[in-house]
Amino acid sequence: MNDYVNITIDDRKIKARAGEKLLWVALDNDIYIPHLCAVREKERSNASCRLCFVEIEGMARPVTSCTQVVREEMVVRTRSTRIDRLVKTAFELLLSDHNLSCRECPANGNCELQKIAKERGLKLRQKRFKAIERDHTVDDSPDEFAFDPSRCVLCGRCIWADREEAGVGAIGFANRGINSVITTFEGVSLAESICTQCKLCVEACPVGAFYYKKDKKA
Amino acid sequence: MSADSPMDNYEKLFEVAKQNEEARREKPRILLGTASCGVAAGALQVKEFFLKEIESHGLDAEVVEVGCIGHCYAEPLAIIAKPGFPAITYGNLDEGLVHLLVEDFLAGEDPCYEYALAAVDRNDVFPTFEDFPRGIYENKLILEQCGYIDPESIDSYIEKDGYRALAKALSDEPARTLDEVKASNLRGRGGAGFPTGRKWETSLKAGGDEKYVICNADEGDPGAFMDRSILESDPHQVIEGMVLCAYAIGATEGYLYIRAEYPRAVKRVREALEQAREKGVLGSSILGTEFNFDLQVFQGAGAFVCGEETALLSSIEGRRGVPRYRPPFPAVEGLWGKPTVINNVKTFSYVPHIINRGADWFKSIGTPESPGTAVFSLVGKVVNTGLVEVPMGTTLRELIFEVGGGLPDGKEFKAVQIGGPSGGCLPESALDVPIDFDSLHEAGAIMGSGGLVVMDEDDCMVSVAHYFLEFTQQESCGKCTFCRLGTKHMLDILTDITRGHGDEERLTLLEELAEDVRDGSLCNLGRTAPNPVLTTLKYFRDEYKAHIEEGRCPARACRDLVLFYIEPSRCSKLCNVCVGSCPTEAIYTRDDGLKAIDQEKCVKCDNCRKACPPEYNAVIKLSPPVLPPEKEKKRT
Repeated sequence: MNDYVNITIDDRKIKARAGEKLLWVALDNDIYIPHLCAVREKERSNASCRLCFVEIEGMARPVTSCTQVVREEMVVRTRSTRIDRLVKTAFELLLSDHNLSCRECPANGNCELQKIAKERGLKLRQKRFKAIERDHTVDDSPDEFAFDPSRCVLCGRCIWADREEAGVGAIGFANRGINSVITTFEGVSLAESICTQCKLCVEACPVGAFYYKKDKKA
Repeated sequence: MSADSPMDNYEKLFEVAKQNEEARREKPRILLGTASCGVAAGALQVKEFFLKEIESHGLDAEVVEVGCIGHCYAEPLAIIAKPGFPAITYGNLDEGLVHLLVEDFLAGEDPCYEYALAAVDRNDVFPTFEDFPRGIYENKLILEQCGYIDPESIDSYIEKDGYRALAKALSDEPARTLDEVKASNLRGRGGAGFPTGRKWETSLKAGGDEKYVICNADEGDPGAFMDRSILESDPHQVIEGMVLCAYAIGATEGYLYIRAEYPRAVKRVREALEQAREKGVLGSSILGTEFNFDLQVFQGAGAFVCGEETALLSSIEGRRGVPRYRPPFPAVEGLWGKPTVINNVKTFSYVPHIINRGADWFKSIGTPESPGTAVFSLVGKVVNTGLVEVPMGTTLRELIFEVGGGLPDGKEFKAVQIGGPSGGCLPESALDVPIDFDSLHEAGAIMGSGGLVVMDEDDCMVSVAHYFLEFTQQESCGKCTFCRLGTKHMLDILTDITRGHGDEERLTLLEELAEDVRDGSLCNLGRTAPNPVLTTLKYFRDEYKAHIEEGRCPARACRDLVLFYIEPSRCSKLCNVCVGSCPTEAIYTRDDGLKAIDQEKCVKCDNCRKACPPEYNAVIKLSPPVLPPEKEKKRT
C-alpha cells in the first residue's frame, strides 16, 4: 500500500497521507471546511456537529469530511448548492440555541462560529429559527475559569480533552435530546467534582463556553 | 457427550417431546392467550375464572398460558381442546362465558358453538380461521405456532419440529447454512430490508475468532407489537434462528436485546434459554457437536434510539446509548469492536423455516425482490385489529379492507401510517401499492418493522404528523445538530399550525427543514424522523393549507380550531343529558328551554357530544371556531 494518495479538492491536486481523514487534509492545505466537533487525534470522530459536509464524486449523498478517509483519485467539492444549504441550516440551528451576546463573550474575535460565518458568508443573527429560550446558570466555581452552558454547542471537544488529554473524566454529556448538556457527575459544580482545574477544556472550547475569568468582558 | 450424530440426538429429544405433549393432550386443555395483548384485556382474571370453575366442577383440566393468535380484537381469548371434539377458539371471555363453557362443554358435551369464534383445525362441524375472509390472504409462517404452542415448554416447540433445522444444519458445514440463507434472498425485517445473507457473509469474512449475534428486540414504534408477540408466543423460534446464524458465521456468544418495557417477553425468553440449555440445543456441545454458542438477555432501558444498531451496541457496552457513524458497519466492527450480526426478531424467526424447507420454498412466497411474508400489527381505525401475516406483494387495500375488515362505524378511510415514526402516511390513492420493501419506499413510506395504523376522516393529518414528530423529538438522543435542534424547530412550527398560528412562510420553512434533517442527520432516527411530515405535506397539503389560511381543521380534531355548538333545531327541551356531562358547567338552558354552551367556560372535552342521545345528535363541532350568526345568544 502506498503511503500517499492523490486527491482533488475543489480542482486542486493534493497529495495526502493514506488513511487520513479528508477534513484534516483539506485544512492542512488551507482549504477551509466548517467544523466544530472534530478532534484530529480522535480516531473515530463524533460526527455530531454536521458542519463539515462535502460532496464526493461517485457518492449519492453529501458526506461528513471528518469521517471520510481519503482514497486514491477521490474528487471532492467543498461547496455546492446542496452542501451550502445543509451547512447553512446546521449552522443556523446551532445559533438558534446559542447565546449571541458576542460583545460580552471572551471568545469574541476568536470564535469558531464567527469564523464559520465569515468564511461561508453566513449571518450570526439568523432569522429563520426562533431562539430557544433556556434558563442557564454559569458555573464559575473553578479558580481561574468558568463554564457558561448558554454558549455551549455540545461539540464535545472539552470532554475529549478532559478524558483523553487530562485523563480525568470530570465532565460528560447528560440528559437527552433538546435537554442535552455537558455537566459533571450528578451535576455538582466543577469545584465540587473530580475536576483538577487543568484548564485543557478551556483550551479545547471553540466558542467561549469554557473561558478564563480574566478574559471576561463587561 | 455421546458420539451420536446431531440428528440422532435430535430425534431422541423429539421422541421425548412428542410423548410428553401427547400425555398432556389426554386431558382437556384450555389454551389461554396471555401475551401482553391478552393480559391487557384481562386474561389473567379469566384464568382465575377458569381455575375456579374447573375446581368447583371437580374436573381434571389444564389451563395453559399461551401467546397470541393474532385476533387481538377478540381478547381475552382461549382455545378449548377437549379430546373427542375439534379444538375451538372462543373470544371476548368473561366470567359468565367461562362458567358456561366449563359447565356445558368441559363438564357436559355441548361445545357452545354460538359463542365460538373459529375452530383450530379443519373439521366437519365448525369453520376455521382460514375460512374467514382474512384466511384467504393470510399465510402464516413465523406466526404459525403463535398462540397454539406453550411458550413456556420447549417440548411444545420441539414437537412441532422445533430445532430440527438446527440438527439439519449441524449435520453439514456452516457454509451450507449461509448459502441457504443467501439463496433465500431473505431481507432484514427491522425495516430497511438489507439482505440477511449478505450481512452474515460480511461478518463471516470479517475474520477474527470472536463474533457476536444480537437479536434486536427493542421494538419501540407506537402501535407496533409484532416482536413482542413473537417473543411471548414462540421464543424458541427466534432462539433457533440465532443459533443457526451463530453456526453460519462462527459466533460463540450472543444477546437478545429486549426492551425492559416487555417484562413478559423477557421472562419467557429467559425461561426458554434455560430450557434450551437443558436440552442441549444451546450452550456448549450443541446437539453433541463441538459447536458452542450461548445467549443472554440484555434489557433496554427505555431509549427508543437504542433500536438503532450502533446505539444498541453502545448500550450493551455500558456506554450512553447514542449512535455513531457508519461505516464501519457492526457486521465488521460491532460489539467490543468485533464482527456482529444484528437482526430483528422476525428476521431470525424465518431462518429455521428456510433451513427446514429450503430457499426455493421461501422464494415461492411473496415477490421476487421481497420474498416471504410481512408481519403487521394492524391497529387504529380498523375492525379487526391484531397481528397479521400476509405474503409480500399483498396490497394495502387488501390488508386493510379484507384482512382487517375495513373501518368501523362506516367511517371513511383517510390514510394509513406505515413504519411508525420513521414511516409515512399514505392516502387512498396509494392503497393499491403492493407491500414490499421497494414499492413502499417509492411511495414515500417505509416497510418499517411492521406497525400499521389506519386513520379515518376524524384524524387530522397535521396532528398525526405532530404526534409522530413529537415522539421522535422526545426520543432524539441529542447528539447531532439536525436531530436535536431540527426536530425541535419542526415541532414548534407544527404546533403553531395546529393552533391556527401558522403562515405560508413557515410552512415552506417546515418543508425545507424536514428535507435538511432527512439529509443531514447522523443516524436513521434523525434521517427518517421527517417522513411523517414530508408524506403528509405531499399527500395532504390541503389540510395544512386549511389550518393556515382558514383557521380550519378539516377533521375537526385540533382543539384550538374547533368549537362545540348545540344545534337548536335538533336539541330537545325534554332532555338534560349534556348538562350533567359537562365538567365545567358550561351548558345552560336558554330562555326557550333549549340548551346552549357558554364558550368562555367550555374546555372542549367532547363529553356533551358523546352524551347527547343519538336521536338528537344536537352537539356538533364547528371549525373554524366561529358561531353561526344570531343563533346562539350570550347568557344574560
